[in-house]
Amino acid sequence: MTDATVTPTPAPRTKGKSLMSEDARTKKRNAAEKRFRAYGLGAITVGLLFLVSLLWAIVQNGTPAFTQTFVTLDVALLEEKLDKTGNRDIDEIKKVSTFGYNPLIAEALVTATADIETEVTDKDLKKILSASAAALLRDQVIANPDLIGETVEFRLLASSRVDGYLKGRVTREDLARDKNLDAAHLDLIDVMVEQGSVERVFNWDFILGADASESRPEAAGIGVSMLGSFFMMLVVLFLALPIGVAASIYLEEFAPQNRFTDLIEVNISNLAAVPSIVFGILGLAAFIQFAHLPQSAPIVGGLTLTLMTLPTIVISTRASLKAVPPSIRDAALGVGASKMQSVFHHVLPLAMPGILTGTIIGLAQALGETAPLLLIGMVGFIASNYPDGVASGFLDPNSAMPAQIYEWAKRADPAFYERAWGGIIILLLFLMTMNIIAILLRRKFERRW
Amino acid sequence: MSSLKLTASVLALTAISATAAAARDNVQVAGSSTVLPYASIVAEAFGENFDFPTPVVESGGSSSGLKRFCEGVGENTIDIANASRAIRDGEVAACADAGVTDIIEVRIGYDGIVFASQLDGPAYTAFEPVDLFNALAPKVMVDGALVDNPHTNWSDFNADLPDAEILAFIPGTKHGTREVFEEKVIAVGCEESGAMAAMIEGGMSEDDAEDACLAVRGDGLSVDIDGDYTETLARIDANSNAIGVFGLAFYENNTDKLKVATMSGVEPTTETISTGDYPVSRPLYFYIKQAHIGVIPGLKEFAEFFVADEIAGPDGPLAEYGLVSDPALADTQAMISSEETM
Repeated sequence: MTDATVTPTPAPRTKGKSLMSEDARTKKRNAAEKRFRAYGLGAITVGLLFLVSLLWAIVQNGTPAFTQTFVTLDVALLEEKLDKTGNRDIDEIKKVSTFGYNPLIAEALVTATADIETEVTDKDLKKILSASAAALLRDQVIANPDLIGETVEFRLLASSRVDGYLKGRVTREDLARDKNLDAAHLDLIDVMVEQGSVERVFNWDFILGADASESRPEAAGIGVSMLGSFFMMLVVLFLALPIGVAASIYLEEFAPQNRFTDLIEVNISNLAAVPSIVFGILGLAAFIQFAHLPQSAPIVGGLTLTLMTLPTIVISTRASLKAVPPSIRDAALGVGASKMQSVFHHVLPLAMPGILTGTIIGLAQALGETAPLLLIGMVGFIASNYPDGVASGFLDPNSAMPAQIYEWAKRADPAFYERAWGGIIILLLFLMTMNIIAILLRRKFERRW
Repeated sequence: MSSLKLTASVLALTAISATAAAARDNVQVAGSSTVLPYASIVAEAFGENFDFPTPVVESGGSSSGLKRFCEGVGENTIDIANASRAIRDGEVAACADAGVTDIIEVRIGYDGIVFASQLDGPAYTAFEPVDLFNALAPKVMVDGALVDNPHTNWSDFNADLPDAEILAFIPGTKHGTREVFEEKVIAVGCEESGAMAAMIEGGMSEDDAEDACLAVRGDGLSVDIDGDYTETLARIDANSNAIGVFGLAFYENNTDKLKVATMSGVEPTTETISTGDYPVSRPLYFYIKQAHIGVIPGLKEFAEFFVADEIAGPDGPLAEYGLVSDPALADTQAMISSEETM
C-alpha cells in the first residue's frame, strides 16, 4: 500500500483541453450553429428580396394608373345639331345620341389644331381622344341645356395610346403597325403638350369611377367595384361575427365534451382549410339556384364569403376565449354570477381584442378573395352603374375589387394591364389598413396575466 | 356588441334578402369571352344614350353561357347569351325542356382568327393549312405513307418555313375558337395533304376519318390554353419560336409585340375577312329569350341598338375594335324588330 502515500501525479495536460481553446467536437458544434444561423439569415433575405421585388413591381407598374392625360378643347355646341327645334325641350335634346356629338368634337379638333403643321388627316384627328368624350359632352348638355349654342371649354380624356405615350409606355416604333394611332399623332401631341392643351394630371376617376368597356381603358375606374366590396364586407361582418362568436362561446363554455362536439371541432378546423372555390360552388347552388337570390349581387357574394370566413372567426374566437384564465370564471361564479353572466360580463370583454383581431383578419381575407366570385357571376363588364341606394347596393349587380382587377388583367388593350396593377395598389392599401387596425386594437386592449 | 343589436342586424339583412324578389330592371348577358368586348362596348354606349341602366355582361365561354340561358324563363335567368358559334341542336332541345322555346338568333358580325408570333422571333409570315396540319396533327403523310408525326422543326416539312422548333399555343377545347381552328385549318390541311384519303384507304369510315382529322398532337409541341388570349400572349412573350392563335381584335391591340402570319397568302384584315378571302373566320351570335321582351325593361331596345348601323355597321365602334361587320345587317335589324324566333 506504499503507493497510497504517493501523491498522485496530475494527469498530463493534453493539448487543447483548456476551456479557452476549442476541441474538435466543440468546433464542429459551433460551426453547425453558425451554419444554421446563416441558413436562417439566408431564408429571411430571400423572403425580403421577394417582397421588395414584388412591391417594386407593383409600385412601378401601378402608379401610372393614378394619372391620366387630358385634352382641353373648346367645343362649339351648335344649336342646329343638338336642338333643331330650338325650344330646349329636354326630351328632344335627349334624342341626340352620342353619335350626334362626334361631329362637333371632330370639328373642334380641326379648329384647335388648325395652326399646327401635321400629317394627320382631319378624319384621323379623333384618334387622340377617348371614345368617352361624346358621352361627357352629352351628359353636360342634358344637365345644362343652356350651353347649347355656345362654345364651351371641355377637359376630355385622351385615348389610351396617347396616354401611354405620355407615360412612356407607347413609343413611335410600337405604333408602326398599330391602326389605333400613328406616329404623326405623337408629333401633334408633342406640340399640344408644349401649348398646354394636353396635360397629364392626377386621376380621381380611377379611384372613384365606374368600369369602362374594352375600347376605352382610359375611362375605367375601380370606384363602383370598391362599393361592391364594401357592401359584401358589411354582409360578412354582420353575419359572420355574431354567428361565429355565438358558436365559439357555446362550444367553448357551454357544450359538453363528447364525441359529437369533438367531431364539430375537427370539422371547423377542416372547413378553414377548404379551398375558397368550393364555397363559390356552394354559394351558387344554395343562394342562387335554390334560394333564387339575384345573380352577381353583392349580397350573394357576401353570404358566400361569410361561409368562408366563419371558420377563421370561430377558431380565433375560441383561441382568445381559451386564453382568458379560469380564475376569472371561478371568481365570477364564486360571487354568485350565473354561467351566462360570467361569460358575458367577464370572459367575453377580456377576449374581445382577440375576437376583433380575428374578425378583421378574416374580413381582410374575404376582401381579397376572387375565386368564389367567379362562380356567382361577379366577374365581367358589371361594375358600370353606381348603386342608387343601400338596398340597390346589396341587390344590384356589382363586382368586387379583386374581381375587377382579374377582369382588367384579361382584357386585350395593354392600358388595362396598368390599371390592374393600379387596382392592386388600392387593394393592398385597404388590406394594410385593416391589418394595422387589427394590430392597434390588440396593442391597446391586450392584457397579460 | 349586445345580443339585441345582433338580432336587429340579422333581421335587417333578412328583410333585405326578402326584397330580392323585386323586379330586375337591367338586362343581363353572359357567354362567349370573344363576344364580351363587343357586348361591353355596346352595353356602355346603351347606358349612355338610354335611360335604362347599363346592361351587365359576364363572360365564361359560349357553352356555359348557353347552358345558363337554357336554365329557364324568369327574372332569375339571363336574358341574352353570347356565343362565338351557332347554338347546337342539343342545346335547343335542352332549352325547350326548361321552357325556353322562343329564341331569337342574332348574328352580329364576323371575327377573324389569326396566327401570330413574337415580333422579333423566327419569320413565321406565311402559312398554309397544310403547314399547320403537318406541324400539329398526330399522324401525317411522309413519303406517301401515314405515320406518327415525326416533325420537330417547321423546316422538316416545308423548306420555306424557318428552321425553328415547333411550338403552338392553341385555344383549349372549351373555347368556341378551338372548333373553328380545327375545322378551318387542321381539317383543311388534313384533306389537302392526302392524310384523309390515306385514312379512308386504311379502312376507316368517312365519318371516323373526318373526326380523326380534327385531332391535335399530344406530345407537348401543341399546348392547349384554357385561359384568355392574354395568357397566350404571355406564353408567346416567353417563347420566341412559338406561334399562337388569337382573335383579330386582340392582335390589333397588341401589334407592338406580335406579328401576324398570312393564311394561304392572304393577310387577315377586316376587309379580307368580310370579302371571305381570309379563310379562318367565324360568325358571332347572341341569343335573346323572346319571353323576356316586355318583362325586362330595355331588352328589345338593347338588341336593336346592338345591330344598329351606327354601332355594328362598317364605321361603328365595333368595327373599329375589330369586328367584321355583317353585310346582311339590315335583315338582322328587321328580324329583331319583328321578333322573329328560330
